[in-house]
Amino acid sequence: MAYLRALGSYVPSRVVDNAELAPRVGVDPAWLLHATGIEERRFAAPGETVATLGIAAAKDCLAAAGIAASDVGMVIVASGSAEQRFPGPASTIAAAAGIAGKPAIDLPMASAGSLFGIALAAELTRAYGHVLVVASEIMSRVVRMDNTGRDTAILFGDGAGACLVSPDAGFAEIIDAVLASDGDFAEALRLDFDSPLYMDGRSIILQASRKLPRAISEVLERNQVKPTDVGTYLLHQANLNLITRVAQSLGAPNERFFRNIARYGNTSSASLLIAATEWWRDAGPTLRDPIVLAAFGAGLNWGAVLAKPPR
Amino acid sequence: MENRPLAGRQIMDKQTRIVEIVKRVAGKPIDPAPDESLFESGALDSFTLADLVTALEKEFSIKIPDADLTPRKFDSVVRIEAYLQSRS
Repeated sequence: MAYLRALGSYVPSRVVDNAELAPRVGVDPAWLLHATGIEERRFAAPGETVATLGIAAAKDCLAAAGIAASDVGMVIVASGSAEQRFPGPASTIAAAAGIAGKPAIDLPMASAGSLFGIALAAELTRAYGHVLVVASEIMSRVVRMDNTGRDTAILFGDGAGACLVSPDAGFAEIIDAVLASDGDFAEALRLDFDSPLYMDGRSIILQASRKLPRAISEVLERNQVKPTDVGTYLLHQANLNLITRVAQSLGAPNERFFRNIARYGNTSSASLLIAATEWWRDAGPTLRDPIVLAAFGAGLNWGAVLAKPPR
Repeated sequence: MENRPLAGRQIMDKQTRIVEIVKRVAGKPIDPAPDESLFESGALDSFTLADLVTALEKEFSIKIPDADLTPRKFDSVVRIEAYLQSRS
Protein backbone atom coordinates (compact mmCIF):
# COMPACT_ATOMS: atom_id res chain seq x y z
CA MET A 1 0.00 0.00 0.00
CA ALA A 2 1.01 3.62 -0.44
CA TYR A 3 -0.24 6.80 1.13
CA LEU A 4 -0.17 10.50 0.47
CA ARG A 5 1.57 11.58 3.67
CA ALA A 6 2.10 15.33 3.36
CA LEU A 7 2.33 18.15 0.86
CA GLY A 8 4.36 21.33 0.60
CA SER A 9 4.95 24.20 -1.76
CA TYR A 10 6.96 27.30 -2.48
CA VAL A 11 6.20 30.22 -4.77
CA PRO A 12 8.53 33.15 -5.43
CA SER A 13 7.67 36.37 -3.63
CA ARG A 14 7.41 38.54 -6.74
CA VAL A 15 3.78 38.93 -7.83
CA VAL A 16 3.20 39.88 -11.47
CA ASP A 17 -0.38 40.99 -12.04
CA ASN A 18 -2.14 41.44 -15.36
CA ALA A 19 -1.64 45.20 -15.28
CA GLU A 20 2.13 44.61 -15.37
CA LEU A 21 2.23 41.66 -17.76
CA ALA A 22 -0.39 42.67 -20.34
CA PRO A 23 1.50 45.68 -21.80
CA ARG A 24 4.69 43.62 -22.09
CA VAL A 25 2.97 41.09 -24.34
CA GLY A 26 0.64 43.51 -26.12
CA VAL A 27 -2.75 42.49 -24.76
CA ASP A 28 -5.48 44.13 -22.73
CA PRO A 29 -5.49 43.15 -19.02
CA ALA A 30 -9.26 42.60 -19.04
CA TRP A 31 -8.99 40.33 -22.08
CA LEU A 32 -6.16 38.41 -20.45
CA LEU A 33 -8.29 37.75 -17.36
CA HIS A 34 -11.31 36.74 -19.45
CA ALA A 35 -9.30 34.43 -21.70
CA THR A 36 -7.37 32.63 -18.97
CA GLY A 37 -8.98 33.22 -15.59
CA ILE A 38 -5.54 34.27 -14.33
CA GLU A 39 -5.28 37.42 -12.20
CA GLU A 40 -1.61 37.19 -11.24
CA ARG A 41 1.38 34.86 -11.24
CA ARG A 42 4.76 34.63 -9.52
CA PHE A 43 8.11 35.16 -11.21
CA ALA A 44 11.35 33.81 -9.78
CA ALA A 45 14.00 36.29 -8.71
CA PRO A 46 17.25 36.41 -10.71
CA GLY A 47 19.12 34.34 -8.13
CA GLU A 48 16.49 31.63 -7.92
CA THR A 49 16.73 28.38 -9.88
CA VAL A 50 14.50 25.38 -10.48
CA ALA A 51 16.54 23.61 -7.80
CA THR A 52 16.22 26.38 -5.18
CA LEU A 53 12.46 26.52 -5.65
CA GLY A 54 12.29 22.73 -5.38
CA ILE A 55 14.43 22.68 -2.24
CA ALA A 56 12.08 25.13 -0.52
CA ALA A 57 9.03 23.02 -1.44
CA ALA A 58 10.78 19.82 -0.35
CA LYS A 59 11.64 21.27 3.05
CA ASP A 60 8.09 22.60 3.48
CA CYS A 61 6.71 19.15 2.73
CA LEU A 62 9.08 17.29 5.07
CA ALA A 63 8.31 19.76 7.88
CA ALA A 64 4.59 19.16 7.38
CA ALA A 65 5.15 15.40 7.36
CA GLY A 66 7.26 15.39 10.51
CA ILE A 67 9.65 13.03 8.74
CA ALA A 68 13.41 13.47 8.97
CA ALA A 69 15.12 13.98 5.63
CA SER A 70 17.40 11.07 6.45
CA ASP A 71 14.37 8.76 6.50
CA VAL A 72 13.43 9.50 2.88
CA GLY A 73 14.45 6.63 0.61
CA MET A 74 14.09 8.19 -2.81
CA VAL A 75 13.52 11.55 -4.49
CA ILE A 76 11.67 12.04 -7.77
CA VAL A 77 11.81 15.52 -9.30
CA ALA A 78 9.58 16.63 -12.16
CA SER A 79 10.59 19.67 -14.18
CA GLY A 80 10.30 20.69 -17.80
CA SER A 81 12.14 23.98 -17.36
CA ALA A 82 15.43 22.91 -15.74
CA GLU A 83 18.36 25.15 -16.64
CA GLN A 84 20.69 22.46 -18.02
CA ARG A 85 20.59 19.23 -19.99
CA PHE A 86 22.16 17.23 -17.17
CA PRO A 87 22.28 16.62 -14.36
CA GLY A 88 18.67 17.51 -13.72
CA PRO A 89 17.71 19.21 -10.48
CA ALA A 90 16.89 15.99 -8.59
CA SER A 91 20.31 15.29 -7.11
CA THR A 92 20.83 18.96 -6.15
CA ILE A 93 17.44 19.13 -4.46
CA ALA A 94 18.00 15.85 -2.64
CA ALA A 95 21.41 16.93 -1.34
CA ALA A 96 20.25 20.36 -0.22
CA ALA A 97 17.18 18.90 1.48
CA GLY A 98 19.44 16.57 3.49
CA ILE A 99 18.51 13.40 1.60
CA ALA A 100 22.06 12.27 0.95
CA GLY A 101 23.08 9.04 -0.71
CA LYS A 102 19.59 8.07 -1.83
CA PRO A 103 18.50 7.72 -5.47
CA ALA A 104 17.28 10.98 -6.98
CA ILE A 105 15.48 10.68 -10.30
CA ASP A 106 14.51 13.38 -12.78
CA LEU A 107 11.27 13.32 -14.76
CA PRO A 108 11.66 15.98 -17.48
CA MET A 109 8.01 15.70 -18.42
CA ALA A 110 6.57 19.18 -17.80
CA SER A 111 2.91 19.40 -16.79
CA ALA A 112 2.08 15.75 -16.10
CA GLY A 113 5.40 15.09 -14.33
CA SER A 114 4.20 15.43 -10.76
CA LEU A 115 1.24 13.12 -11.36
CA PHE A 116 3.48 10.50 -12.96
CA GLY A 117 5.89 10.97 -10.04
CA ILE A 118 3.19 10.23 -7.49
CA ALA A 119 1.99 7.17 -9.42
CA LEU A 120 5.54 5.84 -9.68
CA ALA A 121 6.24 6.62 -6.03
CA ALA A 122 3.18 4.60 -5.02
CA GLU A 123 4.83 1.56 -6.60
CA LEU A 124 8.34 2.32 -5.37
CA THR A 125 7.51 2.81 -1.69
CA ARG A 126 7.64 -0.97 -1.24
CA ALA A 127 11.32 -0.97 -2.08
CA TYR A 128 12.43 2.50 -0.98
CA GLY A 129 10.16 3.52 1.88
CA HIS A 130 9.27 7.21 1.93
CA VAL A 131 9.48 8.70 -1.58
CA LEU A 132 9.57 12.48 -1.92
CA VAL A 133 8.05 13.77 -5.16
CA VAL A 134 9.04 17.34 -6.05
CA ALA A 135 7.91 19.44 -9.02
CA SER A 136 9.60 22.75 -9.77
CA GLU A 137 9.31 25.10 -12.71
CA ILE A 138 10.54 28.51 -13.79
CA MET A 139 8.31 28.99 -16.81
CA SER A 140 8.84 32.75 -16.99
CA ARG A 141 12.32 32.10 -18.45
CA VAL A 142 11.18 29.74 -21.22
CA VAL A 143 8.46 31.87 -22.76
CA ARG A 144 9.00 34.91 -24.94
CA MET A 145 7.93 37.96 -22.97
CA ASP A 146 6.78 40.10 -25.89
CA ASN A 147 3.86 40.15 -28.29
CA THR A 148 5.34 37.32 -30.38
CA GLY A 149 5.05 35.02 -27.38
CA ARG A 150 1.87 36.33 -25.87
CA ASP A 151 -0.12 33.11 -26.35
CA THR A 152 2.16 31.36 -23.88
CA ALA A 153 3.48 34.29 -21.83
CA ILE A 154 -0.01 35.06 -20.51
CA LEU A 155 -0.47 31.53 -19.17
CA PHE A 156 2.57 30.59 -17.17
CA GLY A 157 4.09 31.28 -13.77
CA ASP A 158 6.83 29.94 -11.51
CA GLY A 159 6.62 27.77 -8.43
CA ALA A 160 7.28 24.42 -6.81
CA GLY A 161 5.39 21.75 -4.93
CA ALA A 162 6.21 18.53 -3.11
CA CYS A 163 4.43 15.41 -1.92
CA LEU A 164 5.67 12.69 0.41
CA VAL A 165 4.42 9.22 -0.51
CA SER A 166 4.80 6.74 2.33
CA PRO A 167 4.38 2.96 2.65
CA ASP A 168 2.81 2.90 6.10
CA ALA A 169 0.57 5.90 6.84
CA GLY A 170 -0.88 9.10 5.44
CA PHE A 171 -4.01 11.17 5.06
CA ALA A 172 -5.07 9.31 1.90
CA GLU A 173 -4.42 5.84 0.55
CA ILE A 174 -3.44 5.71 -3.11
CA ILE A 175 -5.85 3.22 -4.64
CA ASP A 176 -5.12 3.24 -8.35
CA ALA A 177 -3.59 5.21 -11.18
CA VAL A 178 -4.20 5.54 -14.91
CA LEU A 179 -1.23 6.86 -16.89
CA ALA A 180 -0.99 7.27 -20.64
CA SER A 181 1.18 8.81 -23.37
CA ASP A 182 0.56 9.69 -27.01
CA GLY A 183 3.60 10.64 -29.06
CA ASP A 184 1.51 11.46 -32.13
CA PHE A 185 1.14 14.98 -30.74
CA ALA A 186 4.63 15.39 -29.28
CA GLU A 187 5.30 18.38 -31.54
CA ALA A 188 2.24 20.28 -30.34
CA LEU A 189 3.83 21.33 -27.03
CA ARG A 190 7.58 21.38 -26.70
CA LEU A 191 10.60 23.24 -25.43
CA ASP A 192 13.49 22.90 -27.86
CA PHE A 193 17.05 23.81 -26.94
CA ASP A 194 17.69 27.53 -27.38
CA SER A 195 14.08 28.26 -28.38
CA PRO A 196 11.11 29.52 -26.41
CA LEU A 197 8.22 27.27 -25.47
CA TYR A 198 6.07 26.28 -28.43
CA MET A 199 2.42 25.39 -27.95
CA ASP A 200 -0.28 24.64 -30.49
CA GLY A 201 -3.03 25.66 -28.11
CA ARG A 202 -5.92 24.38 -30.19
CA SER A 203 -4.47 20.89 -30.47
CA ILE A 204 -3.55 20.78 -26.81
CA ILE A 205 -6.96 21.92 -25.59
CA LEU A 206 -8.71 19.57 -28.01
CA GLN A 207 -6.66 16.58 -26.88
CA ALA A 208 -6.86 17.49 -23.19
CA SER A 209 -10.63 18.00 -23.36
CA ARG A 210 -11.00 14.40 -24.45
CA LYS A 211 -8.13 12.54 -22.81
CA LEU A 212 -8.31 13.98 -19.30
CA PRO A 213 -11.98 13.17 -18.55
CA ARG A 214 -11.46 9.75 -20.10
CA ALA A 215 -8.54 8.96 -17.77
CA ILE A 216 -10.48 10.14 -14.73
CA SER A 217 -13.52 8.10 -15.76
CA GLU A 218 -11.36 5.01 -16.25
CA VAL A 219 -9.75 5.16 -12.81
CA LEU A 220 -13.14 5.79 -11.19
CA GLU A 221 -15.05 3.10 -13.08
CA ARG A 222 -12.58 0.34 -12.42
CA ASN A 223 -12.78 1.12 -8.71
CA GLN A 224 -16.58 1.47 -8.65
CA VAL A 225 -16.46 5.13 -7.68
CA LYS A 226 -18.98 7.53 -9.22
CA PRO A 227 -17.82 11.00 -10.25
CA THR A 228 -20.25 12.47 -7.73
CA ASP A 229 -18.70 10.35 -4.95
CA VAL A 230 -15.42 12.23 -5.28
CA GLY A 231 -15.05 14.96 -2.67
CA THR A 232 -12.30 16.92 -4.38
CA TYR A 233 -10.71 16.92 -7.80
CA LEU A 234 -7.16 18.25 -7.83
CA LEU A 235 -6.17 19.02 -11.40
CA HIS A 236 -3.14 20.47 -13.08
CA GLN A 237 -4.03 24.17 -13.19
CA ALA A 238 -3.64 24.59 -16.93
CA ASN A 239 -6.64 26.69 -17.80
CA LEU A 240 -9.79 27.64 -15.93
CA ASN A 241 -12.01 26.84 -18.90
CA LEU A 242 -10.44 23.41 -19.27
CA ILE A 243 -11.13 22.56 -15.62
CA THR A 244 -14.77 23.59 -16.08
CA ARG A 245 -15.01 21.46 -19.23
CA VAL A 246 -13.62 18.43 -17.41
CA ALA A 247 -16.23 18.88 -14.66
CA GLN A 248 -19.00 19.06 -17.28
CA SER A 249 -17.72 15.98 -19.10
CA LEU A 250 -17.70 13.94 -15.89
CA GLY A 251 -21.03 15.26 -14.65
CA ALA A 252 -19.40 16.21 -11.36
CA PRO A 253 -20.18 19.40 -9.43
CA ASN A 254 -17.99 22.24 -10.60
CA GLU A 255 -17.29 23.38 -7.04
CA ARG A 256 -15.51 20.12 -6.24
CA PHE A 257 -12.71 21.06 -8.63
CA PHE A 258 -10.11 22.96 -6.64
CA ARG A 259 -8.84 26.05 -8.40
CA ASN A 260 -6.00 28.42 -7.64
CA ILE A 261 -4.91 29.24 -11.18
CA ALA A 262 -6.14 32.82 -10.70
CA ARG A 263 -3.26 33.49 -8.28
CA TYR A 264 -0.41 31.48 -9.81
CA GLY A 265 -1.19 30.87 -13.48
CA ASN A 266 -0.05 27.62 -15.03
CA THR A 267 3.10 26.48 -13.20
CA SER A 268 3.35 23.32 -15.31
CA SER A 269 4.25 20.25 -13.21
CA ALA A 270 4.28 22.29 -10.00
CA SER A 271 0.67 23.40 -10.32
CA LEU A 272 -0.87 20.09 -9.24
CA LEU A 273 1.18 20.00 -6.04
CA ILE A 274 0.78 23.71 -5.24
CA ALA A 275 -2.99 23.27 -5.61
CA ALA A 276 -2.97 20.06 -3.58
CA THR A 277 -0.97 21.71 -0.81
CA GLU A 278 -3.39 24.62 -0.51
CA TRP A 279 -6.38 22.30 -0.54
CA TRP A 280 -4.82 19.91 2.03
CA ARG A 281 -3.88 22.63 4.47
CA ASP A 282 -7.37 24.10 4.26
CA ALA A 283 -9.22 20.77 4.35
CA GLY A 284 -7.61 19.54 7.56
CA PRO A 285 -5.99 16.23 8.48
CA THR A 286 -9.03 13.93 8.12
CA LEU A 287 -10.13 12.97 4.64
CA ARG A 288 -13.80 12.02 4.36
CA ASP A 289 -14.29 11.37 0.65
CA PRO A 290 -12.21 10.05 -2.25
CA ILE A 291 -9.98 12.50 -4.09
CA VAL A 292 -8.73 12.46 -7.66
CA LEU A 293 -5.49 13.98 -8.87
CA ALA A 294 -5.20 14.44 -12.62
CA ALA A 295 -2.89 16.14 -15.11
CA PHE A 296 -2.27 16.52 -18.82
CA GLY A 297 0.73 17.91 -20.62
CA ALA A 298 3.53 17.74 -23.15
CA GLY A 299 4.36 14.36 -24.56
CA LEU A 300 1.47 14.04 -24.67
CA ASN A 301 1.34 12.55 -21.18
CA TRP A 302 -1.71 12.43 -18.95
CA GLY A 303 -3.39 10.47 -16.23
CA ALA A 304 -5.37 10.31 -13.03
CA VAL A 305 -4.75 8.99 -9.52
CA LEU A 306 -7.50 7.90 -7.14
CA ALA A 307 -6.95 8.14 -3.38
CA LYS A 308 -9.34 7.39 -0.54
CA PRO A 309 -9.47 7.90 3.21
CA PRO A 310 -7.18 5.34 4.90
CA ARG A 311 -8.90 2.07 5.79
CA MET B 1 -33.91 21.42 -54.48
CA GLU B 2 -36.29 18.53 -55.11
CA ASN B 3 -34.95 18.17 -58.65
CA ARG B 4 -31.35 17.92 -57.58
CA PRO B 5 -29.66 14.56 -58.00
CA LEU B 6 -29.74 12.46 -54.88
CA ALA B 7 -25.99 12.71 -54.40
CA GLY B 8 -26.20 16.51 -54.62
CA ARG B 9 -29.01 16.65 -52.07
CA GLN B 10 -26.98 14.47 -49.73
CA ILE B 11 -23.98 16.79 -50.02
CA MET B 12 -26.19 19.83 -49.39
CA ASP B 13 -27.88 18.10 -46.49
CA LYS B 14 -24.59 17.25 -44.84
CA GLN B 15 -23.25 20.79 -45.23
CA THR B 16 -26.48 22.16 -43.80
CA ARG B 17 -26.25 19.84 -40.83
CA ILE B 18 -22.62 20.81 -40.26
CA VAL B 19 -23.48 24.51 -40.39
CA GLU B 20 -26.29 24.00 -37.89
CA ILE B 21 -23.89 22.21 -35.53
CA VAL B 22 -21.27 24.94 -35.90
CA LYS B 23 -23.88 27.58 -35.13
CA ARG B 24 -25.04 25.69 -32.08
CA VAL B 25 -21.61 25.15 -30.53
CA ALA B 26 -20.44 28.68 -31.42
CA GLY B 27 -23.24 30.01 -29.24
CA LYS B 28 -23.54 33.23 -31.22
CA PRO B 29 -25.16 34.33 -34.48
CA ILE B 30 -22.88 33.32 -37.34
CA ASP B 31 -23.34 32.38 -40.96
CA PRO B 32 -20.11 30.69 -42.05
CA ALA B 33 -19.31 30.34 -45.73
CA PRO B 34 -18.39 26.76 -46.65
CA ASP B 35 -14.68 27.46 -47.05
CA GLU B 36 -14.36 30.16 -44.41
CA SER B 37 -11.90 29.48 -41.58
CA LEU B 38 -14.01 28.96 -38.49
CA PHE B 39 -11.08 29.93 -36.27
CA GLU B 40 -9.99 33.02 -38.17
CA SER B 41 -13.57 34.28 -38.32
CA GLY B 42 -13.96 33.83 -34.57
CA ALA B 43 -16.79 31.30 -34.93
CA LEU B 44 -14.82 28.70 -32.99
CA ASP B 45 -12.10 28.78 -30.35
CA SER B 46 -10.09 26.03 -28.68
CA PHE B 47 -12.91 25.01 -26.38
CA THR B 48 -15.84 25.19 -28.77
CA LEU B 49 -13.74 23.09 -31.16
CA ALA B 50 -13.90 20.29 -28.59
CA ASP B 51 -17.67 20.77 -28.37
CA LEU B 52 -17.90 20.67 -32.16
CA VAL B 53 -16.13 17.32 -32.33
CA THR B 54 -18.44 15.85 -29.68
CA ALA B 55 -21.49 17.20 -31.51
CA LEU B 56 -20.31 15.78 -34.85
CA GLU B 57 -19.85 12.37 -33.26
CA LYS B 58 -23.40 12.47 -31.97
CA GLU B 59 -25.02 13.90 -35.09
CA PHE B 60 -23.31 11.54 -37.53
CA SER B 61 -23.09 8.52 -35.22
CA ILE B 62 -19.34 8.14 -35.54
CA LYS B 63 -16.44 7.87 -33.13
CA ILE B 64 -13.65 10.28 -34.02
CA PRO B 65 -10.33 8.82 -32.83
CA ASP B 66 -7.87 11.06 -31.00
CA ALA B 67 -5.36 10.63 -33.83
CA ASP B 68 -7.78 12.48 -36.14
CA LEU B 69 -8.19 15.41 -33.78
CA THR B 70 -6.15 18.04 -35.54
CA PRO B 71 -7.72 21.50 -35.69
CA ARG B 72 -7.03 21.78 -39.43
CA LYS B 73 -9.48 18.96 -40.17
CA PHE B 74 -12.27 21.00 -38.59
CA ASP B 75 -11.30 24.50 -39.70
CA SER B 76 -14.13 25.00 -42.21
CA VAL B 77 -17.42 23.49 -43.21
CA VAL B 78 -15.94 21.93 -46.35
CA ARG B 79 -13.05 20.45 -44.40
CA ILE B 80 -15.42 18.99 -41.85
CA GLU B 81 -17.49 17.59 -44.67
CA ALA B 82 -14.41 16.10 -46.33
CA TYR B 83 -13.42 14.47 -43.07
CA LEU B 84 -16.89 13.01 -42.58
CA GLN B 85 -16.85 11.75 -46.17
CA SER B 86 -13.53 10.02 -45.48
CA ARG B 87 -15.15 8.21 -42.59
CA SER B 88 -18.20 7.02 -44.49
